Amino acid sequence: MNNLPSKDVGALENLLLSGAALSIIGLLIVLPLGVVLKEAFAGGLKLWLESVGDPDARSAIKLTLAVTAVVVPLNVVFGVAAAWALSKFRFKGRSLLLSLVDLPFAVSPVIAGLIFILLFGRHGWMGTWLTDHHIRIVFAVPGIILATLFVTFPFVARELIPLMTEQGSEEEQAALSLGATGWQTFLKVTLPNIKWGLLYGIILCNARAMGEFGAVSVVSGHIRGETNTLPLQVEVLYNEYSFTASFACASLLAGLAIVTLILKTFVELKSGRDAA
Amino acid sequence: MKLSLKEKSVLPGFGLSLGYTVLALSLIVLIPLSALVLRSSELGLAGFIDTLRHPRVLASFQITFLSAFKAALINVVLGVTVAWFLVRGRFPLKRLADALVDLPFALPTAVSGIALTTLFAPNGMLGSALGKLGIKVAFTPTGIMVAMIFIGLPFVIRSVQPALADLNKELEEASRSLGASRFQTLLRVVLPLLSPAILSGFTLAFSRALGEYGSVVFIAGNMPMKTEIASLLIITKLEQFDYAGAAAVAVALLSLSLLAILLINLLQARTTRYLGN
Amino acid sequence: MSITIQKISKTFGSFQALNDVTLEVPSGGLTALLGPSGSGKTTLLRIVAGLEAADEGTGGQILFDGVPVTDDPVNRRQVGFVFQHYALFRHMTVFENIAFGLNVKPRGERLSRDEIKGRVFELLKLIQLEQLAQRYPSQLSGGQRQRVALARALAIQPKVLLLDEPFGALDAQVRSELRRWLRHLHDTIHVTSIFVTHDQEEALEVADSIVVMNKGGIEQVGAPNEVFQNPATEFVMKFLGDVNVFHGRIHNDTPIFTGELKDENGVRLLVRPHDLTVQLYPGAGISLPAQVYRVLTAGPLVKIELLNSQNNLVQVHIPHAEYQSMPVKPDQRVYLVPKESRLYGNDNARIEYVI
Repeated sequence: MNNLPSKDVGALENLLLSGAALSIIGLLIVLPLGVVLKEAFAGGLKLWLESVGDPDARSAIKLTLAVTAVVVPLNVVFGVAAAWALSKFRFKGRSLLLSLVDLPFAVSPVIAGLIFILLFGRHGWMGTWLTDHHIRIVFAVPGIILATLFVTFPFVARELIPLMTEQGSEEEQAALSLGATGWQTFLKVTLPNIKWGLLYGIILCNARAMGEFGAVSVVSGHIRGETNTLPLQVEVLYNEYSFTASFACASLLAGLAIVTLILKTFVELKSGRDAA
Repeated sequence: MKLSLKEKSVLPGFGLSLGYTVLALSLIVLIPLSALVLRSSELGLAGFIDTLRHPRVLASFQITFLSAFKAALINVVLGVTVAWFLVRGRFPLKRLADALVDLPFALPTAVSGIALTTLFAPNGMLGSALGKLGIKVAFTPTGIMVAMIFIGLPFVIRSVQPALADLNKELEEASRSLGASRFQTLLRVVLPLLSPAILSGFTLAFSRALGEYGSVVFIAGNMPMKTEIASLLIITKLEQFDYAGAAAVAVALLSLSLLAILLINLLQARTTRYLGN
Repeated sequence: MSITIQKISKTFGSFQALNDVTLEVPSGGLTALLGPSGSGKTTLLRIVAGLEAADEGTGGQILFDGVPVTDDPVNRRQVGFVFQHYALFRHMTVFENIAFGLNVKPRGERLSRDEIKGRVFELLKLIQLEQLAQRYPSQLSGGQRQRVALARALAIQPKVLLLDEPFGALDAQVRSELRRWLRHLHDTIHVTSIFVTHDQEEALEVADSIVVMNKGGIEQVGAPNEVFQNPATEFVMKFLGDVNVFHGRIHNDTPIFTGELKDENGVRLLVRPHDLTVQLYPGAGISLPAQVYRVLTAGPLVKIELLNSQNNLVQVHIPHAEYQSMPVKPDQRVYLVPKESRLYGNDNARIEYVI
């Protein structure tokens, strides 16, 4: 219904409105994206390939993928558990818990990084103990994982809670009354009903996990080839005035953003059709 | 009668799912955040206030809050325009435009940062054009605002868009049939009905801008007292191993943003009184 | 299988949904739980199913054929439950929905694939939807979904069949068709069934036995005819159809109708509109003076609206033939004589009286 052109918008009005909106989208959104691609390929495809194939860049790509591979599954488990508890049951403290789940969204990424330095840094609470036992958390991969986990924490839960609350628990009750066990009910009834919402949450969580900059920047230590994720590699190269190399790495992340938008649109279309 | 914390339910798995949720939340979010508060309290109240009263800290808060506020206001105008177009406009590639709106969400902030800097630098595509008009963007407070506009725009659009789509067409028709002009209808009927959505879009854009780091830090220039945002100051303090100072600035930034969000939510509650509850 | 409900209470927060309910549901019958919303009928049904737990510590029990099932969880109680909004699994076809209960059985008890297929098609035949086996719930009409929900519940060969407002979400025509179909189905399979409804007509038409509920308690249990003809309480009388109420008191063992009284002497005479006759002169028994207000002759019955001596509206329904023999006009003074009436005291219980 929303796609029907409204008769109220006259031709002139539509022209003005479209002009204004498309200029905003063009100038603020399309142009920055275009600049990334233009600068990335400014030195030709060969230079781009060299930049992306550079050992440091490759190790940054590997680290980014590894961190994401740890963080996303953990957040999926958390998101599903939190959504099950918060949407299928009513209990004391539920609304407090609901807002606590969203809390990481209100925390600036830099603060998200900072809190782990305060806990595990050399001058942090557990710093001495960790140094004595030769365990490195900050300025190392575990710190990057923790910081990324923190900033992406609510993504899956946030998609699932409203969806599962709206779906209610009648289908689960029906499954139980037909003799299904708890796990059978979850796997055969709940999971198929939330699959698109779950996928949507995973896509957003994945994009943020791969692209997180602020929080990771604080805890990483910027050790080339070791603790630089792809976004950090972009920063390091940019600050060294290696613009083409920096934009080459940035173009990979821009590609990730575009793929994310395409998948997101696809999931929206698909789930919208299922609901209809 | 037995006092129970939970209403009885036939669905299984409550203990397991709640237990896991609380455990994960505590380990990842609550315990680390409480470390922040405790660490800043090491300074004592006097030390805490002293840290925050330092001119460089005050300047960074001023630039952060002011830029975020201005950016969110501008985003209201831009966002409502785009949302209006996406709901009611006619354009062959509207679906594509709709999908592109989320790009600032999806694009890693470091990438947005270097892209905006390149665009608005004095020799950049937009920067050179604006420079001829005497407007400097990159490495000035304006640059900070531009980055905050970029990062906040989708929040306003995505808040207003569904509200506008759900707006009952009959209300506007009723207004017109009672003799109101199109402009009067917009001003007296449509905008008041959209105001809760606009306010929540404003809040989301504002609070995102307050904490934003990646897309701002490249374009800002990072001159202490002039273009240094609060997030960057936290990092600077950390690099000087002033952990307690960094924690104090972080606590102040976090509480001020929560306070601002709370105030706007109260305002929103007032504007939606007519909805009842 | 008979169902015994013993001393069941249920509170939600401070709201008492059920208050010490005891009820015996005989084997093989079709019983209606009838009552207004908030009377506790759905809660009682859900407690029988095991979807809700009764309050503990009151000694409440549910027994199937004399065997307590109170502690059996819903997935082992083997009840067929038909949800008000069907609760069909939206991501499964009609076939998969009906087969669900058979597919989730532990491997040892599970039928073979072919046997399951056979069973599902038997049920599809029973609900006359064989050709729709591969459709999804969203592609079915309301009445079809209702029948699929019923077939799904029957697939597990339930000990008892429980239906929550089975026709509540359907439009009027489909409703009456399905009512007849459900009655017919029950006559074919004879499984002990309970259904919840707030529609007295539905209960009277379909059930073998009606349990009238109000405010968490049972007002009356009986066959439809019994409940309709001999309502035990004023509530039952009012809930089962339109009534005219005349307020009065007992004077020398006979009621006189002078106005509302709050004390223990106050009584109310309840008369259904079709049990009143209009006469021009007072009769020997109870005759209530009234003034004609409006006469409606369009429709199967003539509806006469009158004002009684306390200026309350009274409705009388009489056949056209009777009206033709003695027509009345607005403002005319007449007497109302009840053919059939019931008298209730202020304690809600029925009082026997002789005219």
